[in-house]
Amino acid sequence: MSGAAGFFEDLFRGLLQGTPPGAVYALIALGFVLTYKTSGVFNLAFGAQAYISAAMYFKAHTLWGWPKWAALVVSAFVLAPLIGLVLERLIFRHLRTASAVSKLVVALGLSVALPELFNQAARFTAVAGRQITGIMPDGSSVFYDPFGVYRFNRDELAMMAVALAATLLLAALFRFTMIGLAMRAVVESPRMTELSGINADRTSAFAWALSSTFAGLAGVLIAPRFNSLISTDFFTLVVIAVAAAAVGKLVSLPRALLGGLGLGWFIAVFNTFLPRWSGDHTWLRPFQENLTPSLPFVVLFAILVLWRAIGREREASDPLSGVDPPPPALAALERHPKLTLFTRLFGVGFVAVVGSVVWFRAGVLWMHLVTTAVIMAVIYLSVTVITGMAGQISLCQGTFAAIGGFTIFQMADRFNMSVLAAALLGAGVAAAVGALLSLPVLRLGGVWLAIATLAFAFFFDAVMVKFSWVGGGTTALLTGTRVPRPLVGPIDFASDRAFLVLAVVVLVVVSVVVIQLREGTVGRTLTALRGSEVAAASIGISAARARIVAFAVSAAIAGLGGALLSMHQQNVNYSTNFGPVNALFWLVIVVALGARTVEGAIQAGAAFALFEPLILKGDLLAWILRGDDHLPGLFPIPGSWRLVLFGMMAIQFARHPEGLVEHGKRRSAARINRWLEAREGAAS
Amino acid sequence: MTPILELRDVEAGYGPFRALFGVSLAVEAAEAVALVGANGAGKTTLARVASGLVAPSAGTVLVDGEEIGSGRPSAWRFVRAGVAHAPEGRSVFASLTVEENLALSFHRAFGRAGLAGALDRAYELFPRLGERRTQVAGTLSGGEQRMLSLARVLVESPRLLIADELSLGLAPMIVDQVFETLGRIRAAGTALLIVEQQVGHALELCDRAAVMEHGLITWQGPSNEAGAVLESRLFETGAAR
Ligand SMILES: Nc1ncnc2c1ncn2[C@@H]1O[C@H](COP(=O)(O)OP(=O)(O)OP(=O)(O)O)[C@@H](O)[C@H]1O
Ligand SMILES: [Mg+2]
Repeated sequence: MSGAAGFFEDLFRGLLQGTPPGAVYALIALGFVLTYKTSGVFNLAFGAQAYISAAMYFKAHTLWGWPKWAALVVSAFVLAPLIGLVLERLIFRHLRTASAVSKLVVALGLSVALPELFNQAARFTAVAGRQITGIMPDGSSVFYDPFGVYRFNRDELAMMAVALAATLLLAALFRFTMIGLAMRAVVESPRMTELSGINADRTSAFAWALSSTFAGLAGVLIAPRFNSLISTDFFTLVVIAVAAAAVGKLVSLPRALLGGLGLGWFIAVFNTFLPRWSGDHTWLRPFQENLTPSLPFVVLFAILVLWRAIGREREASDPLSGVDPPPPALAALERHPKLTLFTRLFGVGFVAVVGSVVWFRAGVLWMHLVTTAVIMAVIYLSVTVITGMAGQISLCQGTFAAIGGFTIFQMADRFNMSVLAAALLGAGVAAAVGALLSLPVLRLGGVWLAIATLAFAFFFDAVMVKFSWVGGGTTALLTGTRVPRPLVGPIDFASDRAFLVLAVVVLVVVSVVVIQLREGTVGRTLTALRGSEVAAASIGISAARARIVAFAVSAAIAGLGGALLSMHQQNVNYSTNFGPVNALFWLVIVVALGARTVEGAIQAGAAFALFEPLILKGDLLAWILRGDDHLPGLFPIPGSWRLVLFGMMAIQFARHPEGLVEHGKRRSAARINRWLEAREGAAS
Repeated sequence: MTPILELRDVEAGYGPFRALFGVSLAVEAAEAVALVGANGAGKTTLARVASGLVAPSAGTVLVDGEEIGSGRPSAWRFVRAGVAHAPEGRSVFASLTVEENLALSFHRAFGRAGLAGALDRAYELFPRLGERRTQVAGTLSGGEQRMLSLARVLVESPRLLIADELSLGLAPMIVDQVFETLGRIRAAGTALLIVEQQVGHALELCDRAAVMEHGLITWQGPSNEAGAVLESRLFETGAAR
């Protein structure tokens, strides 16, 4: 069989094959849109919720041997809505009037914290080699072939049936009950909804329970498609769902449904035909290998960048917001001169003591950790610029850092270029990419900007890294992305001490640059704009320029930091250092510890590298207690608790955008100020 | 007889800021009370406390002699107990259509069966709304938005209606019409608590008046004496400052 008939049959098969995954994408997209519509939360923690249900199902059925139906009920219909209710009650109910961006950061913190929290609480670890089963008996071995072109297995049929049932249920809910209308009303103004006689709290709790059930169901249904249960896979799943949801501008449920199905079909059809065509046209081959896994991200990015109408609508503001008290003022920045002197002296003393301990006493391991801390601080200063100063959430800082790393790898590998020069070049390349990226993306602003940068990060991860002129291609597979240490005249930075000095020098220089930027015109413009899209629109050209500069500078800093990190490890180690999901943690930790100040970035760098060995493993306590044998049995605490801790701290972003530690410091500074002033008052 | 609404020594504010300093006021069934006072005196805050939007920091708010909710502001309980509130300023759901705005309240009040009838009554009251029933409320003119938020409370004929600056932004003819409607629902047995800058209109409609100054009710009495009191008070406070 050939020609047109064969073509149509293949097309039909592709569509059928794409329907089950498309149905699950649609399910997630529906839940995602439901959350966004009913609480204004861009819920990136959706993947974490899906993961928890999938893991619970796996644990109950495969490990405990529960029957499938019981495992399904507990994981998707009890645990999932329960998580939704808890999140609503403890967190999002109190954030109703917060901006969409701060809610996004909160969700991001949750997406980092929740999976680990579950893993630790349920003592769950992914068991390699145990097949993850679907929800039907003999789900993957009994087939049905209704059209004679594609054989559906039972699990696939279940996916489609569940998605269909969920869609009908949702449609009925919105069509025949007032609860749909009430849910829309609550997002806009919970108070006005209450004045209509509707219990706003209960309405949004219901919405959260419902959408979380969707997440849980989708997680259980999609799990068999993965080889093992890893929470990051589920995060990727959410980005796919966002692509589907973006088709309906995040608010239309029917369009999100179509978007999900369409994405499933598109991917399947693409996979059917591309290999065939690339057999005839060899130039298509790299595209086939690289593009397929990244299709959803390409679609998402294209929608965001090309669709002019998206991101245009403003959040409707609550007409009764006047009922809220004004937000509490940030604790005072002005310090008593004595206090300033004291903190400066203390800072210098602290650095001197720690520095000399590290310099004279530290072994190889601690030298390595401290250097990592310093380099991470450099990278985190890029977050200080884009998030702390410009108030924008960029989720592709890892990509910029990777660009720096790959640049020195390529330059040293191919042209034998000096690595220090290559690092500067890498910063330049990252800046150029950042500026280029900012042109289409900055128009979006707010939540959309965050998601576009995330799509870019995933695109880079899935496509660009595989090109030999970026990630080294097959050479990298054989020899790794090796990077030498710099050699400047007589100084060989292969010595760890010398390299630490280099890192500290870079950190100081970058800090000065950031401070200069903050005090200059760009910084002032950005401060005036922070968080206010309306103000941005009214200031116009200079606002746009300030933001592009911020984006480019931030990218350059990340690129430089990435280059340093690669030199330090003498390898780019792309996926452990710079992978898109790993880099999310960067934002979380910086936001948790203080995104507005240079100090905050340094703290975050130290926390990233040193928190686990020093605190969790108990080394600090052991040192204080003079000996390991006195350590309480609690230690060593598993390292993943840091994800939980910093994720939970980032949740406070909505209330304390300056960061929790920064907030605490400002408060105690204010207290000491008052005390000093009172003492002076008494003296005079 | 227990009053529908009673505030006893209510204090309230916003965060650290105090707006009410121990206010007591009662509204009996089928009574109409006008609340007057200078800008920033705390009238809107009092109205918000009386409808459960703002929780008092001290004192009690009683509906039919009973405390409603506990601590947390829960306006919906007040609404279900028959206390409706038309808040100050723009108070519509901008992203919902005119009809959806109305349906949200009416469905709860009259059920699915009574919904259509209630919508008809609203459109009868304000024909302009009927013409624009599928328009998104955010794009209505300022006056039309006022009408919409009024239609919501007027049609329901609650037991007590708290109306804050009803006439603001409406054309004089519509203002007359609104006060006429208020008179009608009053005759039908709804008690009124009216906050107005157009003191003349308000005093004419109401039988009792309360004067607010700096977060306190400084005078209460029959509305026909209020005019004189108000003049001397405003003169005094004006002279004092
Ligand atoms: N959300 C808020 N946060 C802080 N202060 C507020 C808030 N709302 C009102 N206030 C203050 O409370 C005081 C009383 O305000 P209120 O709105 O009750 O006055 P009003 O009598 O209604 O005035 P007007 O006649 O101008 O409407 C004012 O000083 C006002 O500034
Ligand atoms: Mg007022």
